[in-house]
Amino acid sequence: MSNMLEVADLGHTYGDHEAIGGLTFTVRAGELVCVVGPSGCGKSTLLRTISGLVAPSRGDVSLNGSHLAVVFQDYSRSLFPWLSVQGNVEFPLRSLPRAERRARAAEALEWVGLSGAARKRPWQLSGGMQQRVAIARALAYRPALLLMDEPFASVDAQTRFELEDLLLRVRREHDTTVLVVTHDIDESVYLGDRILVLSGSPARLVADLEVPLPAERDQVTTRTDEGFVALRSKVARLLNVGKPALDVEKWAAAERESLSETVSS
Amino acid sequence: MTKFLQRWTVFAGLVVIWQLLGWLADDPFFPPPSKILSAAWEWWVLEPANFTEHIVPSVARLLSGWLIASLIGVSLGLLLGRSDRAMEYAGPLLVFLRSIPPPALVPVFLLLFKAGTSMQLATIVFGVVWPVLLNSVDGARSVDVTKVDTSAVFRIPRWQWVLGVVLPAASPKIFAGLRVSLSLSLVLMVISELVGTDNGIGSQLMQAQREFDYTRMWAGIVLLGVLGYGLNTALLAVERRALAWQPRSRDEQHA
Repeated sequence: MSNMLEVADLGHTYGDHEAIGGLTFTVRAGELVCVVGPSGCGKSTLLRTISGLVAPSRGDVSLNGSHLAVVFQDYSRSLFPWLSVQGNVEFPLRSLPRAERRARAAEALEWVGLSGAARKRPWQLSGGMQQRVAIARALAYRPALLLMDEPFASVDAQTRFELEDLLLRVRREHDTTVLVVTHDIDESVYLGDRILVLSGSPARLVADLEVPLPAERDQVTTRTDEGFVALRSKVARLLNVGKPALDVEKWAAAERESLSETVSS
Repeated sequence: MTKFLQRWTVFAGLVVIWQLLGWLADDPFFPPPSKILSAAWEWWVLEPANFTEHIVPSVARLLSGWLIASLIGVSLGLLLGRSDRAMEYAGPLLVFLRSIPPPALVPVFLLLFKAGTSMQLATIVFGVVWPVLLNSVDGARSVDVTKVDTSAVFRIPRWQWVLGVVLPAASPKIFAGLRVSLSLSLVLMVISELVGTDNGIGSQLMQAQREFDYTRMWAGIVLLGVLGYGLNTALLAVERRALAWQPRSRDEQHA
């Protein structure tokens, strides 16, 4: 399998704050890789350097293709309220002839199950549907790599499950290479073929784990699968590296004490 | 229909009171509305020459001045608003220029352009460009970061960035500026016609005053009111269509 993305010794520093400290990894064609790390560990900076929004202080990012697309967390700001749903999906395709643009947008909207909403404005749709529009827009662009920045962090749990399954289906059907940045351990295991675990700031690669689960996944059975549970625990432990472990006994004792104080006073 | 009545009752009531007071006072300086209206009818409608010689040129000056100013204001404003440094350099100059009362520049424009259309246009353009310009700067700056990032990632061409993202994002503020400048245009049109010309509504106002024809003077004032009201209503209609994409508060609950 060829590599779609190669990141070599990527580092970025804002002033004297080192956000990323030398990351090296690859994403193979057709793979879905999740990057998981604690909040504020430099995941967003990583995404911004890979997407070319920020020039990294050092290292290289090479993409096997001409362009990539990004799905941002904040769909309501990423979509253009003055364009219809269809207009939004056509937004990155302006250089194409009108007929082809139309066809590609219609196709992408069908993939995410929104053919009926093409004429609506994005803000007339629910949050989950808006994020599906953003996904359709990214897919219509036919990117070599689809980057997703906490794509499902702003929707409710039910919608989140639906969108996760939609992503899995779409990328299987269209052989899309995807890199998802998330802080949610369960999500990274459920979605990923591989998980890159990052340490806190500056972000360094702690582990590169294969996900030993079949390609077909299911919200109920997969999440109770032994492999899923084991890997989730492993990632969780890895993310706690370097942090003082929580002493449950001590915490409970302190809690009891403060409670009795409140009662007695 | 009830809404229509609600909106116009106070207006109509005041006209009736003015009519009664006008009759009672019988003052040549303050004629009752009935006289003003009949004078306006005779002067502006029954004399087609007055229409073509005064109203048409006035409205043409007003609209072309406003359009030129809008074009300059929007394009310069978007440019300045999207540039990191330009406003730091140009900002104080703009604030200074905006602070100059445009009528004070009428003598300067008279010297520069001689009396006539170009001097009048210069007065209107200089006077009304500021609200559009400053609102456009403000609007262009308000494009939110995620939209900037989205546009950058999709590597859209420059024209699409300006016309497809910055302009629509700035348009609510731009329209606010356009409305202010349109009413200012009416003011400056009248002022620019007070000197050095014998056509236009403003010049007719001056002439009526000089001839102690106060009813005709009032007829001119009423005409200006009607004109201002009509222009504002027309612009509001355009604005409603152009900004129809804006989320209405009730629908926003979804977002």
